[in-house]
Amino acid sequence: MRHIISILVENEAGALSRISNMFSARGYNIESLTVAPTEDASMSRLTVVTKGSDEVIEKITKQLNKLVEVVKVVDLSEAEHMERELMLIKLRAGPKEREDVKRMADIFRGRVIDVSDNTYTIELTGDGAKLDAFIQALDQSAILETVRTGACGIGRGNRILRA
Amino acid sequence: MDRIKTEELTGAQILIRCLQAEGVEVVFGYPGGAVLWIYDELFKQDKVRHVLVRHEQGAAHAADGYSRSSRKVGVCLVTSGPGLTNAVTGIATAYMDSIPMIIISGQVPTHAIGEDAFQECDTVGITRPCVKHNFLVRDVKDLAMTMKKAFHIATTGRPGPVLIDIPKDVTTHSCEFQYPETVSMRSYNPVKKGHAGQIKKAMQLLQQAERPMVYTGGGIVLSNAAAQLKDLIKRTGFPITHTLMGLGAYPATDDQFLGMLGMHGTYEANMAMQHCDVLLAIGARFDDRVIGNPAHFAQNPRKIIHIDIDPSSISKRVKVDVPIVGNIPDVLDEFLVQLRDKNPQNISAWWKQIGEWRGKDCLKYDRQSKIIKPQFVLEKLYEVTGGDAFITSDVGQHQMWAAQFYKFEQPRRWINSGGLGTMGFGLPAAMGVQMANPGATVACVTGESSIQMCLQELSTCKQYRLPIKIINLNNKYMGMVRQWQQFFHGNRYSESYMDALPDFVKLAEGYGHSGLLIDKPADVEPALRETFKRKSDLVFLDFITDQGENVYPMIPGGKGITEMILSEDL
Repeated sequence: MRHIISILVENEAGALSRISNMFSARGYNIESLTVAPTEDASMSRLTVVTKGSDEVIEKITKQLNKLVEVVKVVDLSEAEHMERELMLIKLRAGPKEREDVKRMADIFRGRVIDVSDNTYTIELTGDGAKLDAFIQALDQSAILETVRTGACGIGRGNRILRA
Repeated sequence: MDRIKTEELTGAQILIRCLQAEGVEVVFGYPGGAVLWIYDELFKQDKVRHVLVRHEQGAAHAADGYSRSSRKVGVCLVTSGPGLTNAVTGIATAYMDSIPMIIISGQVPTHAIGEDAFQECDTVGITRPCVKHNFLVRDVKDLAMTMKKAFHIATTGRPGPVLIDIPKDVTTHSCEFQYPETVSMRSYNPVKKGHAGQIKKAMQLLQQAERPMVYTGGGIVLSNAAAQLKDLIKRTGFPITHTLMGLGAYPATDDQFLGMLGMHGTYEANMAMQHCDVLLAIGARFDDRVIGNPAHFAQNPRKIIHIDIDPSSISKRVKVDVPIVGNIPDVLDEFLVQLRDKNPQNISAWWKQIGEWRGKDCLKYDRQSKIIKPQFVLEKLYEVTGGDAFITSDVGQHQMWAAQFYKFEQPRRWINSGGLGTMGFGLPAAMGVQMANPGATVACVTGESSIQMCLQELSTCKQYRLPIKIINLNNKYMGMVRQWQQFFHGNRYSESYMDALPDFVKLAEGYGHSGLLIDKPADVEPALRETFKRKSDLVFLDFITDQGENVYPMIPGGKGITEMILSEDL
C-alpha cells in the first residue's frame, strides 16, 4: 500500500543523505521525496512517498526514528490528510494549438506561467492523480518537458507535526 | 558576576582536552599528514597514551576490543584518505555488534574539501552506513560540543561507533575552550524505562508458561545486565541459551544454561527454542544465524516477549507478541520486583524433555584421534586457563569451536566479531583487550587464514609488550569455507586450501616473539601449560589440526532451527 511519511529532521549537512541512504541500504522503495526548511530554520521537513505492507512501513518508521538527526516521523496516511504536488509542464503551443492548451489548463485549474512563440509552460498543483490525469488529457506528442516536485502533505484539522 | 574561566586553544589542543575530559586513557592510531597537529599535541602530554598500530584496521579492532572487554570507550585516531578507508572494516565490525567506539579521522583542510586533494576521501559519506552517527567539524568552535555529543551518542541507547572527521585547518584554528558539562539533543532521546503495562503482560505470560525459554544476546553484555539476568534465571528456574554475542552473560557451567543456540548451537538449545511455549528474548535480534529460516521458526505458535533498547530490532525478522523497549537492566529490575513473593511454577516435565535432548551429546568428537582435534585444543585451553581468560577470536571454524568449548563464566570475556564476521579481528582486538586489562590472561583463538589478515600487528605487540597467547588452529584450509564446500558444493574445494603457508614459529620469532609447533595430541596440554606460565611473553602456538574436522551441529543456510546436521548423521 502507498504511504506518505512526514519527517522532521535537523537542518544539517548530510541529513538528507542519511535518510535516502537508509532506504536504499535496506531495500525500501522511494516513490518521491521532497525536502525544504520549515518556519524554524534549524529544521527541515521531508515528505517521502513509499509503498509497502504494514510491516514494512513499521520497519521504515522505526529505522527513520533511529537516525540521530531525525526529530519526528509521522505516517500521514494513517489518518485524514491532504496532499499536493506541483508540476511544471512545457507544451508545444503554436498558433493552432494555443487555444486548446489554454482551455485544458483552465479545466484543471492550471496557470500559464511562460509563453514563447511556440510553447506554453503551465503550472499545475494537486494530488498525483490529478497531475496524471492532466498529462493523460493532453496530446502526448505536444509534451516537451515535465517536472514534478513529488508529493508533500499535511494532516487535517488539529493533527499537527512539530518538534 | 563571576565569569566562567575559559582559555584560547587550538583545535588540536581542544581535541586532546576533550579526550582527557572524557577519561580516555588510550588511543589506538596511526599518524599522517592531516593529523600531524593532533599528534603534536599528543606528544606534549602524558594523560592520553597512544598505541601505534601497523595498519589502521588494527587500530579500529583494537579500540573495539578495548571497549568490549571493559566498560570504557575505545578510541581510534587515523589520518585522512587511506588512513580512514583502512579503518572502515573495523568500524563496520563495531557497528554490527553495537560497540561504543569513537573514531577520529583527519581530513584535508576545509578549503580543499571536494577538490580531490591529496589523501582526500568523503569520510562521512563512506562511513555513514556503518556508524551510529558521524560528524564533519568545519569550525573549531563546534569541536568541543561535537566531541561531547559523539561520546554521548556512542555510549547511550543502543551503543555504536561514532566518527568525527576533522579537517587539518580546524586543528590549527583556535577559539575559547570549555568542555560542555551536559548535552541535550531534541532529536536523540533514548528510552530507559520499559512500559509498565507491557512488563505486566510479560510477567503474566512467563508465570503461565509450561515450557518457558530465555534467549539472550549481546545486549545483556553491553548493558551490563548479567547480575540481573542471573537473578532472574535463578529465581524462575527457567532454561537459558545465549547467542554467539551473549556468551558469558550467564555462567556456562550452570545447569540451567543450554549452551549457545543457532547455526552451530547445541541440539538442546535449538530444540528448546523451537518447542517452548513462551520465549523471553533479551538484547538479541533473531538474526539468520540464530533462528535460521523465520518461516520455519514461526511454525510453532509460541508467545514471544522481546526486551531491547532499539525499537527497530523488535519485530524485524520475527513477529513479537509483547515488545518492551527499554534499557535492559532497568527492565529486568522491574521484572525482579514483580517476581518478589511469587513462587515459580513447576516445569519439571519441560526439564525432563530438555534432559533428553541433552542426552544427544551433540558436541561429541573423536577423542582417540591420532591427529590433534581442534575441539580438544579448546577444551584444554579452557582447563589450563581455568575458564578465566579473555578469549578473542577470528572468524570461522575455530570461532565456533571456541564458542562451543570454552565455558565463559563472566561477560566481556568472549571477544569476537559476530555480526560482520571479520577475519583479522582477533589479534588486534586482543591488543585492545590487553591494554584495557593489563595483567590479565588474553588468548587469541585463530586459524592460519584469519591470522594472516592482520599479522603485522605482531610488531605492535612487541613494541607495547602485550603478552597475548596466540592459539592458531592450523588445518591449512579456510575451514568453514571448506566445510560448506564439502556439504553443499560436492567436495569441490575451490580456493579454500591455504598453500605456501609461512613457518609460523619462525615468523613469530622474526617479530621478536616465541613460537611453538604442536602436532601431537599428547603435546597439547603441556604446551599450553608452559605457554600460560610465561606471563610477560607473546607466544604463538601453531597447532597442526585435523584438516577434515567439521563444526557440528550445523543448521544449513535457509533451513529451520531444528533441521540440524549432527556428527552422527554422517
